[in-house]
Amino acid sequence: MEVGLNHFLIVSALLFGIGLFALVSRRNAILVLMGIELMLNAANINIIAFSRYGGLGVDGQVISIFVIILAVAEAAIALAIVLNIYNNFSTINIDEVRTLKE
Amino acid sequence: MSLYDGIFYAFAIITVVSAFIVVLSKNIIYSAVSLFITLFGVAGFFVLLHADFIAVTQIMIYIGGILVLLIFGVMLTTKITDVKLKTKNINALTSAIFVIGITAVLIFIMLTTNWKVAEVVKYDETIDKIGVLLLTDYLLPFEIASIILLIALIGAAMYARKSK
Repeated sequence: MEVGLNHFLIVSALLFGIGLFALVSRRNAILVLMGIELMLNAANINIIAFSRYGGLGVDGQVISIFVIILAVAEAAIALAIVLNIYNNFSTINIDEVRTLKE
Repeated sequence: MSLYDGIFYAFAIITVVSAFIVVLSKNIIYSAVSLFITLFGVAGFFVLLHADFIAVTQIMIYIGGILVLLIFGVMLTTKITDVKLKTKNINALTSAIFVIGITAVLIFIMLTTNWKVAEVVKYDETIDKIGVLLLTDYLLPFEIASIILLIALIGAAMYARKSK
């Protein structure tokens, strides 16, 4: 069967589901971040697949550059927050972090 | 099955299997290494979709930047001698049912929708077109993105250091 738009969409849906699973089931804050990265990658595959098969041209690729930029900013800020949580609570298990201050 | 299809299926298997390892591995270092392979697989998809510049950007920013940052985060937040390097899943069954449901709905929608598929254009270099678009049509988002990156840089540096 010829590889077309649907194949890329299915792979991106699978990646999205796996990232969502990391988000809801893992309790390590860094693994939750990895799940978010997987979901952003799934979105990027979708955008670029539509820009190739939907006749959007290069515009879709430019938009996916902005997605990557936002992912970088998010990862930096989120890791700074995780480090701060670790300094204050000595754990990054997000179930044990329940209070706003000690 | 053409060569293109074979490469697609190879990348699909690599990406999905290593993504599963990211989520299911008990050792967070294994997860980080599997994430590396997953991101490479996604870069391969971008090449297959004729987005060469995005593929290189993906490798440089995700693998060169975000992944190194994540591994630094792992190193800084776990004591190496500690067994806390191992993490566990909670509510695995409930969340698995939830996630499988959502994924099934997504795939169902994607397969049943009648997407408008345009004539596939021949491969053409994209770098110069992206450069022109960034400085014409997408100039305002481009400038805002640079300001966001500056804010994130300053904010992360301020927030991560010890405040005493």
